[in-house]
Amino acid sequence: MFEIGLSHYLTVAAVLFTLGIFGIFLNRKNVIIILMSIELILLAVNINLVAFSVHLGDMVGQIFAMLVLTVASAEAAIGLAIIVVYFRNRGTIAVEDINLMKG
Amino acid sequence: MIVQALAFYLFAAVTVAAAVMVISARNPVHSVLFLILAFFNAAGLFVLMGAEFLAMILIVVYVGAVAVLFLFVVMMLDIGVTELRQGFLQYLPIGGTVGLVLLAELVMIAGGWLIAPEIASNRAFPTPPMAEISNTAAIGRILYTDYIYLFQAAGMVLLVAMVGAIVLSHRKREGVRKQRISDQVARRGADTIELKKIQPGTGI
Repeated sequence: MFEIGLSHYLTVAAVLFTLGIFGIFLNRKNVIIILMSIELILLAVNINLVAFSVHLGDMVGQIFAMLVLTVASAEAAIGLAIIVVYFRNRGTIAVEDINLMKG
Repeated sequence: MIVQALAFYLFAAVTVAAAVMVISARNPVHSVLFLILAFFNAAGLFVLMGAEFLAMILIVVYVGAVAVLFLFVVMMLDIGVTELRQGFLQYLPIGGTVGLVLLAELVMIAGGWLIAPEIASNRAFPTPPMAEISNTAAIGRILYTDYIYLFQAAGMVLLVAMVGAIVLSHRKREGVRKQRISDQVARRGADTIELKKIQPGTGI
């Protein structure tokens, strides 16, 4: 209980990941919340990478966590730019109304 | 040891609670603020694990840049708060089912695995002892030597993302008077000045 090991961190990461997936399903009206859920998922991945890196004594996990961070910030920037352009053109960001391409 | 355990449970509980609030808050601005709280506490977890450089990067990049970007966009777009929440309960069953199945799978994986005994010999870059070299210096020694190509590729990703975001959100507006330097430079005297011969005593 008081011995914090690898499995504790993995549990936190699993809960965060599940919450991220849950958020994507739950919020059908707001794309920004979906982007935030993706950030939560990437945070869970980062916690996993760092936990394994520390537990196994290998530095490479932390390098990869940094690269995941880079890609996450790039993704947030591009996603928000797309949302701004879309809102300017259509006046809404609800997921249900984004059906122009009939996908 | 008990202080470490207490700190872990505090950080983990606040992180998970903030994540719950991110996906269930009524106001998108509150969601962003809870996202910042979640990132702060995740940084605390990183410090607890001994990855303090990543913890600081997490705060600088996420709280300083990404969350502020989210705040800007949320406040810039004029979204009604109440209408965004309609249909919240409609998707609760399927979302809850998928989430529970996923969590059950993750817990089963977490409970059923063990680390191979020969894993210690497979380490690419063993962590140096903390007393000799700090976490930041250890990361720098690897990142700028063996992973230099990945590092540069990450920089290229950021550059392309920046250019893409500017190209996407930049717009030409009509009716705005702006300086056009090329037009000014290309202007010649013959195009603009016309000499007319005017007889004395008459108008043009």
